[in-house]
Amino acid sequence: MSNQNGTISKRAREDRFQAHDYYQIDDLLSEDHLLARDAVRTWVKQEVSPIIEEYSEKGECPTHLFKGLAEIGAFGPSIPSEYGGGGMDEMAYGIIMQELERGDSGIRSMASVQGSLVMYPIYRFGSEEQKRKYLPKLGNGEFIGCFGLTEPDHGSNPNGMVTNIKEDGDSYILNGAKMWITNSPLADVAVVWAKDESGIIRGVIVEKGMKGFSAPEIHGKWSLRASITGELVFEDVRVPKSNLLPNVQGLKGPLSCLSKARYGISWGAIGAAMDCYDSALRYAKERSQFGKPIAQFQLTQKKLAEMITEITKAQLLAWRLGTLADAGKVTPAQISMAKRNNVNMALEVAREARQIHGGMGITNEYPIMRHMMNLETVLTYEGTHDIHLLITGQDITGLNAFQ
Amino acid sequence: MKLLVCVSKTPDTTTKIVFNAAGNELDTNGVQYIMNPYDEWYALVRALELKESPLGGSVTIINVGPDANDAIIRKGLAIGADEAVRINADPKSALNVAFQIAEYAKQGNFDMILLGKETIDYNGSEIGAMVAEFLDLPFISYASKLDTADGKTATIQRDIEGGIEVVEVATPFVLSAAKGLAEQRIPNMKGIMMAKSKPLNVLAPAPFDELSVPVHYDLPPAKASVRMIAPENMEELVRLLHEEAKVI
Repeated sequence: MSNQNGTISKRAREDRFQAHDYYQIDDLLSEDHLLARDAVRTWVKQEVSPIIEEYSEKGECPTHLFKGLAEIGAFGPSIPSEYGGGGMDEMAYGIIMQELERGDSGIRSMASVQGSLVMYPIYRFGSEEQKRKYLPKLGNGEFIGCFGLTEPDHGSNPNGMVTNIKEDGDSYILNGAKMWITNSPLADVAVVWAKDESGIIRGVIVEKGMKGFSAPEIHGKWSLRASITGELVFEDVRVPKSNLLPNVQGLKGPLSCLSKARYGISWGAIGAAMDCYDSALRYAKERSQFGKPIAQFQLTQKKLAEMITEITKAQLLAWRLGTLADAGKVTPAQISMAKRNNVNMALEVAREARQIHGGMGITNEYPIMRHMMNLETVLTYEGTHDIHLLITGQDITGLNAFQ
Repeated sequence: MKLLVCVSKTPDTTTKIVFNAAGNELDTNGVQYIMNPYDEWYALVRALELKESPLGGSVTIINVGPDANDAIIRKGLAIGADEAVRINADPKSALNVAFQIAEYAKQGNFDMILLGKETIDYNGSEIGAMVAEFLDLPFISYASKLDTADGKTATIQRDIEGGIEVVEVATPFVLSAAKGLAEQRIPNMKGIMMAKSKPLNVLAPAPFDELSVPVHYDLPPAKASVRMIAPENMEELVRLLHEEAKVI
């Protein structure tokens, strides 16, 4: 807990996390996956856990971690290595996100935006020159990227966006505003989605310093406090035509990026849940009331047993999603189901874990409230909990209930 | 410089140690394994630093054990070793492990052979000295600093009881690494992917007759609970210390 000077106690910096693998899911993973998992887990224990409560409390982004995330290979691990990625498979990407979010959802967000929402669209839809120009620097952390889709008046309905580009000689003139953009105040590069003069959604790469482009920070968040969030404001920004992503038109461009990121979130949420469960299990065994550890009471056991059951189910969902993704067979609707289920699961695990920790659960001596508050964002961003349900509904009935 | 680093597989530090029914082997059920930290963090990383210095060279890692050890070896390659050798044996003694390493090292013409000062499972600290003896090389134990300007002579700082000792030694030699020799390196994703294409050569062991085999392990007695003795009952306290604790 914070003392009067606002410092964080030694206990909060200590990371006693031990992984729980109730169904021996490790047996389903390859040697590379386990190596990647252990590497990121070690990195999180060394670099994230000792500082995260402090940054979260201050509401400050630990920007020095961008370099470390790049060094460990957390930016675009499934982008081919010739473009500065890791050349790994989707399962590895998921596992890396799980381990980062075990530390903090905000740290995971830093990495998933850079990889899935910035590197991926440039890799998938960009020209060869764009790939060569941006991807290696995004991979090694020299450039920070952000992704502009959501607007102040268009969240769940991105198709309604008003941000637009108009041709003017060798350039496009970009106007509009984007909201809730992770990393934006720090970003060197923004992948921005805007409508052209025919109303077709196109992607453009906007660079820091372009005249008329600003990225003010959004303050006052009670969630993802260690991750920086902002707006993107475009006032007659002149973007060279060579910065247009040539190989995609329409909403499927940004949606395919979101599918990647949501896939990572469905793994990431498990990490946050594991951290809460692990802390609750340890606390329940150490804390005594009425002369015995509270883990010996049926109501505590019910909570713990349900937590590990739900985590195990989520792990199997994520693992299967990973095998489908690696086989190139995964559908966006399947990703929606896992994102929705696993994030909600994690939030419920956090709430149960908070109860097990009693009063201590509300302090920053334990990671519970931080995860819980973070997960409120994760439940809403990258497709809200409700929208994902409607995607499943549409997928199974063939009927659209969005409008 | 040609560098050989001996790496061992040990149970994770949080493992609950249980023995089999016969009491002569560790019950490996559910045990998570790691690379011995003294081998990994200090010996291997210092070897990699020397390789990356202007002196250049190569780092080979060697393990004596079954194919289940490949995951540990692969981690060494992911951290940056160039190639790996596994002597496919199931040794029962440190002497056998040292013999197998020495047999391999004889043909390798290595400038330095590095390994951790001990493994964190049996804590024997035997292998380094035995390898040096088999190869008739100098052995420098508990090294916490290793410098070499030319790759021919090294200055090594050793941790000794209550202080440090600095020694100079000509290559080739065998060195056991203590904390401080280097800093842990976490493998990155590129390293993990590159490790897949690095050679891991599996060699048959040289014939060796074990001179000793473990026959039984006992865990330390469980910690007894605290017993309160009334302050006026000094006689009972003395009796317990004498008869049960046997400390007076």
